[in-house]
Amino acid sequence: MIGLQHYMVVSAILFVMGVLGIFINRKNVIIILMAIELILLSVNINLVAFSAFLGDLVGQVFSMFVLTVAAGEAAIGLAILVIYFRGRGTIAVDDVNRMKG
Amino acid sequence: MIHVIAFYLFAILVVSSGALTILSRNPVHSVLWLILAFFNAAGLMILLGAEFIAMLLVIVYVGAVAVLFLFVVMMLDIDFAELRAGFVDYLPFGLLIALVLLAEIILGIGLWSAGPIELAQRAAPANPELSNIQAIGGLLYTRYIFLFEAAGIVLLVAMIGAIVLTHRARGGVKGQNVAKQNRRRPQDATRNINQPVGQGVEL
Repeated sequence: MIGLQHYMVVSAILFVMGVLGIFINRKNVIIILMAIELILLSVNINLVAFSAFLGDLVGQVFSMFVLTVAAGEAAIGLAILVIYFRGRGTIAVDDVNRMKG
Repeated sequence: MIHVIAFYLFAILVVSSGALTILSRNPVHSVLWLILAFFNAAGLMILLGAEFIAMLLVIVYVGAVAVLFLFVVMMLDIDFAELRAGFVDYLPFGLLIALVLLAEIILGIGLWSAGPIELAQRAAPANPELSNIQAIGGLLYTRYIFLFEAAGIVLLVAMIGAIVLTHRARGGVKGQNVAKQNRRRPQDATRNINQPVGQGVEL
């Protein structure tokens, strides 16, 4: 039978995959944003799994909030990416130091 | 039995499409693998009985976020080969960190299952008579109304922020000047002349 641990392991693997994605695609900010989406997705799976197995609906309500923040983060991140590309002509972000005074 | 098969199908697909998202050479393929990952995560959530979150995942992530990614990837003219330059250099260190993190999380899950947390009381116990969407709606519009409105404000701020960031005033664009239009009077714009016959009109 499938228990809570199974879902937690899937979520953990997905989370680690997101972290690995940030590490290995350090230059490509689009893939970094996608990796962050993967991390938030794994968090959502964890929240919903706990909510279902504990019989408590608050996890699903909070998961909806996480979803909202993820959507906002993607929109703002891609907007920053677009203006960065407009200014520099590239999206290589491994040495971003424009904010240095 | 069918539940177990469905779980393993969705789990394997979500993990492998997550891996292909971060490993594929072409970012367009990455976005498409990300969409597959979202669909399979929605499947996992349906298995858990959270239909509302599953549908929300499909609508918000696949319908909005992934399409946004696809637009940006295709609109910007980016040399992706150059961006993959350090891929192999970062791989060993990244794998090391990932393995350590995964080992720690699995250890944590093992410890958790050795002595599960027993909640004395639930914050919002699930009512088996109500459907998932009814129960969530009942919670969301009563007890968690401020959380719901905070989510709305987050989306509003994100929308305004994205517009403010990407909007630029471009030169050489003919726009409408409302004040100038309102200042204009009929006597400035028209005149009566006594036009002699056989001559051209002087404008």
